[in-house]
Amino acid sequence: MVKPRTLYEKIWDAHVVERRPDGTCLIYIDRHLVHEVTSPQAFEGLRLAGRKVRRPDLTLAVPDHNLPTTPRRDADGKRIPIADPQSAQQLEALERNAPEFGVRLIGDADVEQGIVHVVGPEQGFTLPGTTLVCGDSHTSSHGALGALAFGIGTSEVEHVLATQTLLLKQSKTMAVVVEGELGFGVTPKDVALAICGRIGTAGGTGYVMEYRGSVFRDMSIEGRLTVANMSIEAGARSGLFAPDETTFAYLNGRPMAPKGADWDAAVAWWRTLVTDEGAVFDKIVVIDAADIVPTVTWGTSPEDVVAVTGVVPDPDSFEDASKRAAAQKSLDYMGLTAGQRLADVAVEHIFIGSCTNSRIEDLRAAAALLDGRRIASGIKHAMVVPGSGLVKRQAEAEGLDRIFVAAGFEWREPGCSACLGMNPDKVPAGERCASTSNRNFMGRQGPGARTHLVSPAMAAAAALTGRLTDVRELLKDREGMTL
Amino acid sequence: METLTTVEGKAYPFGMKNVDTDIVIPSHWLKTISRTGLGKGAFEVLRKEPGNVFDDPAYAGSPILIAGDNFGCGSSREHAAWALGDLGIKVVIAPSFSDIFSSNAFKNGILTVVLPQAAIDRLMEVARTDEIHVDLEQQTVTTQFQDRFAFEIDPFRKHCLLGGLDEIGLTLGDADGIAVYEKSVAQDRPWMIPAVA
Repeated sequence: MVKPRTLYEKIWDAHVVERRPDGTCLIYIDRHLVHEVTSPQAFEGLRLAGRKVRRPDLTLAVPDHNLPTTPRRDADGKRIPIADPQSAQQLEALERNAPEFGVRLIGDADVEQGIVHVVGPEQGFTLPGTTLVCGDSHTSSHGALGALAFGIGTSEVEHVLATQTLLLKQSKTMAVVVEGELGFGVTPKDVALAICGRIGTAGGTGYVMEYRGSVFRDMSIEGRLTVANMSIEAGARSGLFAPDETTFAYLNGRPMAPKGADWDAAVAWWRTLVTDEGAVFDKIVVIDAADIVPTVTWGTSPEDVVAVTGVVPDPDSFEDASKRAAAQKSLDYMGLTAGQRLADVAVEHIFIGSCTNSRIEDLRAAAALLDGRRIASGIKHAMVVPGSGLVKRQAEAEGLDRIFVAAGFEWREPGCSACLGMNPDKVPAGERCASTSNRNFMGRQGPGARTHLVSPAMAAAAALTGRLTDVRELLKDREGMTL
Repeated sequence: METLTTVEGKAYPFGMKNVDTDIVIPSHWLKTISRTGLGKGAFEVLRKEPGNVFDDPAYAGSPILIAGDNFGCGSSREHAAWALGDLGIKVVIAPSFSDIFSSNAFKNGILTVVLPQAAIDRLMEVARTDEIHVDLEQQTVTTQFQDRFAFEIDPFRKHCLLGGLDEIGLTLGDADGIAVYEKSVAQDRPWMIPAVA
């Protein structure tokens, strides 16, 4: 009898080119996304060694990190110069490298352009059962579609470009099981934050996660992308969802997805990509859906989570001495004091965007709350950065842009934006942002910036009240509305 | 890649836990298209704090960094490894590392040594006054006070570090195996890997 295998083990086994005696495997990479920040040195390495890209047809280049989110073309269709010469230089490097090595480039002003992790699924470039890499840690996102997807460094980018493979050791497996039904006002982002809080930022190191249980089965692809995206915030390089009817319905008809007989054959194979009955995970983490509430972060690590109805923890409440010191440092940086109610914390900035929460469902959830309302007077700046040009177009077709603008938000061009502040979108030092992104690290949104991670609905709620807010309070007034 | 066999010298007694790569090198330093010169941006935010170890002349130019649990978490930016290398660091010793960071470090000839917290605490103490000796061949970290800590390392990584080997060159030596794999998948699942024309 064949040994029962997990989904991860099935995908791994299907990609082994060669197994070395020490257990290291040469793993084939089916899809490679390339962006402007982590690729210039890799292309330069190829050039210096006289090497070419082995499979340009399996590689897709999209600029996203550096691009300004203000208009990129003037009335004549000419590029509006990027103010930062270094950002301009990285974009130009990608625009030079992609054609030189025969790689397809989605350009900065193409409607398909966006954050690589939004573009891949949207184009059907990301497919179940494939191995997918990108020089970006949030590549874990693509696991939402059942792809074994993980972030790599620039040397590995160069290795994949040259060989279409990586030398890897098999990871351990962790099942993250959430059963039950999510409560009123609880979103996939809250689930992701709850997982980070439970597992900790190092808890998933060395593991590939598989998300299991009714909450994930019932989740949309957009929601799954949010959850898989934050696998890396719990230390796991990769997080998988078994492909199912929701996945197939999402992919069917996407530009780069298989068509006709290929589609039927692909779906037949994808249906086999489930963890076998009796397969053993190295670790199992079980969370009751009923325990997950609308959540915010209080510190400078994604594991620093607390219910929005809660208070800032006392550093002395942590058992471990180094954790106590870290918590105090976080509170000093965040300008918070132990025991302070989160709902009393005023924010000045709202950022709705990033590869975690910039898809159409995210924008709909935020817009539903904002419809017919205005942001609070204490909000200095609120903006929405759609994940791609196609998300933007869809939102505009639904009139969401008008809701955001009427509420006092800026409606921007797609890109990574204020998630990491490589472009001009930064949060000023000492100021506080309710952000739908994934990292509340010190200085992440700009030097000295203070970040509270929240769901899109909670970001909208904070915009309306000017402080961190339990979205359920505002939802009460919107009869019949769910997120 | 440069070879790495033994490293002896001062060590930064840093010790901080959960150091993310945004701390190692903030994002505005990622706009370079070169691998060099990033040492100036290493730990930029922490270096604004008076009395930080990186600007303490006692540790200037140390080839070893001693850190806390989960070093290098967060972003996959290899710039973190480049920045440490540019700072002259050849070995990072910590109780644990993020997967992506340790892979990036290794590919740049930087050794990541995993030791238990008790060993880290002891090395932090020694580093304040004395040098530390790391021997990759023997897989040990030692001090002149008879401390001796053995560490594990993946044999392939050890082989590459000792020999300063180019991994891409090694893999390209197996190009035939890759082509055979591609051909077989192109037959079974052409939508996944199309046959090369």
